Formats: sequence, structure tokens, C-alpha cells
Amino acid sequence: MDDFYRDYILDHYRNPRNFGHLEHPDVVAEDTNPLCGDRIRMELLVDANGIVADVRFFGKGCAISQASASMLTETVKGRPLADVARLTKEAVLENVGIGISPARLKCAMLGLKVLKTAAVGQLASWPDED
Amino acid sequence: MRACVADDASKLARIVDDFPILRERTVRGRRLVYLDSAATSQKPQCVIDALVTYYSTYNANIHRGVYEIAERATDAFEGARGKVARFVNANPRELVWTRNTTEAINLVAHSWGGANIKPGDVILVTQLEHHSNLVPWQELAARTGARLTYVPVDDRGLHVLDDLDDLLDGVKLVALSHVSNTLGTIAPLDIIVPRAHAAGAVVLVDGAQAAPNMPVDVKALDVDFYAFSGHKMCAPTGIGALYGKRALLEAMPPFLTGGDMIRTVTYDGATYNDLPWKFEAGTSNIAGAIGFGAAVEYLSQIGMEWVREHERSLVSYAFERLRELEPRGLVVYGPRDPDLVADVISFNYADIHPHDLASILDGEGVCIRAGHHCTMPLMEKMGWPATARASFYIYNTRQDVDALIDALGKAAAIFKIDRAGAAGALGG
Ligand SMILES: Cc1ncc(COP(=O)(O)O)c(C=O)c1O
Repeated sequence: MDDFYRDYILDHYRNPRNFGHLEHPDVVAEDTNPLCGDRIRMELLVDANGIVADVRFFGKGCAISQASASMLTETVKGRPLADVARLTKEAVLENVGIGISPARLKCAMLGLKVLKTAAVGQLASWPDED
Repeated sequence: MRACVADDASKLARIVDDFPILRERTVRGRRLVYLDSAATSQKPQCVIDALVTYYSTYNANIHRGVYEIAERATDAFEGARGKVARFVNANPRELVWTRNTTEAINLVAHSWGGANIKPGDVILVTQLEHHSNLVPWQELAARTGARLTYVPVDDRGLHVLDDLDDLLDGVKLVALSHVSNTLGTIAPLDIIVPRAHAAGAVVLVDGAQAAPNMPVDVKALDVDFYAFSGHKMCAPTGIGALYGKRALLEAMPPFLTGGDMIRTVTYDGATYNDLPWKFEAGTSNIAGAIGFGAAVEYLSQIGMEWVREHERSLVSYAFERLRELEPRGLVVYGPRDPDLVADVISFNYADIHPHDLASILDGEGVCIRAGHHCTMPLMEKMGWPATARASFYIYNTRQDVDALIDALGKAAAIFKIDRAGAAGALGG
């Protein structure tokens, strides 16, 4: 677990990318991790071609949930919304790297769950349980 | 008395030795440092043995068996009731077995509450209650049209009693915890209980965090109901107790109905059993009760005065050691006074989220809890997103506190607390 907290994770935790709110988002979703109360909100701007033109996330929580959400915003910016709906937990694991313990997997997956909820337009299941 | 004299050290070593998990278990090659006893305590060998002996030598259902092992099981079950009752200075007839504190409180909310709470009545709780001593009252209020009001707590987590008499005006029931599981605050029952009674209110005390950690005398406290859980005081999970004053219990309707709680049943109806069995429908947790009896016997041998002094001394030492980290952004919440705190210390370290802290500490073999500790309204009021919580019990040592401090040092190194400029604590 110690080697999980690499510099880039701490950097995303302390300097989250695309953090805040959009003025006129097209889709918005929000959820919490009932295990620990971490909360994440995702706001997307989708252009006429169905591309995620801009994205913001807002949240509170542990380094794992916040860094993972921050990295995801970079993953999805400029990609078709349909792709976002099809993202799997591997996308998150690729971002955050190895070493996450099973007990903390939900923390890492919260951002993706919220993003997929936004993309699909209905509550998405936990990506690690699919 | 408070000094760690040689006798205390050898007594402590003997206590640690009584707990197989602490004697034998290692985490990644390190000694297990268990600082989460407020969630559930570890179990001594004598309690484990009591369960094994019951299941392997006299397992039988209780009360109506005429054969030898059934009689023995009944004697052990009722004997355990006597031990647990004596432990809190109650009469065994006034001690009802439940699954845990939560069920004990729900029993009162449904049975006493259903019979006594009317539309417009007021139920008074405090701002630091565990969800178990809050949600049942919210539900009761919603069912009956009663109103829930709160005794405030200040920024240190101490009860604010300035307006107590106004708050108590017209109150039917006061429900409060003896010790806060989030901040360790010991409630001033000596002030609150007499004034609640003077106002005509019935008083229920949630003793989940007090009964394990200090001498409790329900008669001296003069409380009407006292709820506690075995698993936080060396007993197995799934067994708890409700003390209630006899006159109140006698007048209350049953909570759950079915076997064991009846005297006679006809096709037209039933009459109920005497106290305390009236409230014990169905086959009880027999092994659990026997284990609970063994647990309080064990605690009584150690002495609850000793337990309280031991924890006071540990908490005091932990406050001292944690203070060393304050310049680097460590914040301790709660009263921060060993005389006002039982077994629990809540804190945050710079901008490290408590879940990350708990994960890193786990890597060092140190078990702490992180989150809202089932007190979400309190966390919200205080503005803390979450806290880390270390809690202490009879088997914890100063070396455990040192291990906590060392592990916090490791977390600080991983999170580069110094270099990051200790971006301020998470809350408060
Ligand atoms: C103060 C307090 N009340 C109630 C409870 C609930 O106890 P149980 O889960 O054993 O019912 C706890 C346990 O966490 C507690 O600390």
C-alpha cells in the first residue's frame, strides 16, 4: 500500500486537474462512497458531435478517490461520450498504477462510477463489480 | 496511583498474554497493534474457552429441558445474567439480553416509546450521539408526531448545559451516551440525570463506550435504562444487555413476540412471561450470554477502577506524544483532557485524509478507524469531513502509542508533509 502513494498520485490529490464547476454543463452526476463518505461530482460539456468538450469534477475525500477522479477527467476530455460510457475499471487501474488494496478499490472507482452515470444518463453500477 | 509502577507493568504483561490474537498475530511480520477497541474489543482466552466448553460439553437449549446438559446450559445462561447484572449493580430481573446496544435502544424506543410518547411530546438527545442512539428516536418521533431536540456540544465536544432546564421543559425522554465513541467525551450524568428526573423525564443512557472502560453502577447513576454491548468488553459479538428499572419494564408491552416470552398461549391469545424473559422472544444467544458472563468476570478480576486508570494514563501519554506532531499539522479533536475523555482520541494529520492514514498505518501493523464513526450529524456540525480514531483498551501499552506515533511519522514521510507545507488540517 505504501508504494501506492507515488508522487503523481499526491500531485493529483493536492493539485487536482479540472477541479471546480462548469457554468452550463450538459450532464451532471454525483455520488458518494457509502463506505467512507467520499463524494464526487462530475460535470460534462458535450458538443454537437457527442465529444466531451470540457469536464470538471468536484469532491471531497481521500487521495485515492480524488486523484483517481482528477486523472479520469484528463482521460475523457476530447473523447466521445459513448466511449466514456464504456470505460472499465482497467482505465482507472492504468491511471493509478498498482498497489491498491481491495479495501480501497471502491475509493478508486468512485470517479468512474460517477462519470459513467453521467454518460449513460442513469445510475451506473460499481465498475469493480461488473 | 497513576504512575506505571512495576506491579502495573507485570499486570499489563499478563493481560496482553491472555489475548491469543495479541500474543500470536503478526501483520506483515510486525506485532499487531490494535487501536480499534471502541469498534470491538479483542477476546481473552477465558471467553473463547467458555464458548468452546459450552458447545463441546453441554450444548442444549435452555429453560424447558429436563435432562442434565439442558439444566446445566440454563444455569450457565442465567448465571451469566447474574454476573453481567452484578457488573453494573443491577438486579438480574432487570437485565434483558439483547443482540447489542442498538437492539436494546430499539427495544425501548418501540416498547416504552410506543406506549408513552404522544403527538407533541419532546425527546431530548445530544448532538454527539451515535446513529444507534439517534435514528431510533428520529423514527419514534416520526411515528408518533413527537419532536426531537438536542443538547448542544461545544467545539471541544463538551456538553453545553447552560440552557439545560429550558431544554428539559416538558421533555418525556432524555437519551444520551455515557461516553462519545467519536471524541471520548464522558457525559456529566451526575448533573443531567437528576435534572431530567426533576423535569419528569425518563433517562436512557447508551453505555456502549462506558461499560467497557469504567466502573458503572446503574443504581448510583439512577438512570432508567442503560444499554451496552458485550463485544466491546471482551465478550463475543451478538450479545448485549438492557438494564431497565423494574417498574418501567413491568409496565412495558413486549417488543418481539413468540416462544420463550410467553406464560400461556391459547388459540385466543397469550399471557406474557415474567421479567426479564418477557423481552426475550425466541432462542437466545446462549453461548454469547455465557461468554459475556466470562468476560465481565475477567474484567472484574482486573478491576474496573484499574481499567479506567490504565486508559487515563494511556490517553494522557498519547496526548503528549501527539502534541509533538502538532507543528507538522496534527490536530486532536475533542476535550483533550484525560479526566474528561475515556478510551478514544480523534485526530487528523495535515492534509492526509484519514482513510489514507489508516491504510498507511495498516502497512505498519497499526489498526485504527477512519471515517464518520456513525456520528454523521456531529461531523457535519464540527465541519470535519472525517477523522482518524485511535481507541485504547486494557491490553494496550505505551509501546502501542509509540508504534502509532512511528507509523504517523511514516505517513508524514510518504505524504511529504514537511515539503508540502502541511497544507493545513482537513477540518477544524
Ligand atoms: C456510543 C455507541 N453507541 C452505540 C453503539 C452501537 O453498538 P452496537 O453496534 O454494538 O449495537 C456503539 C458502537 O459502535 C457506540 O460506540
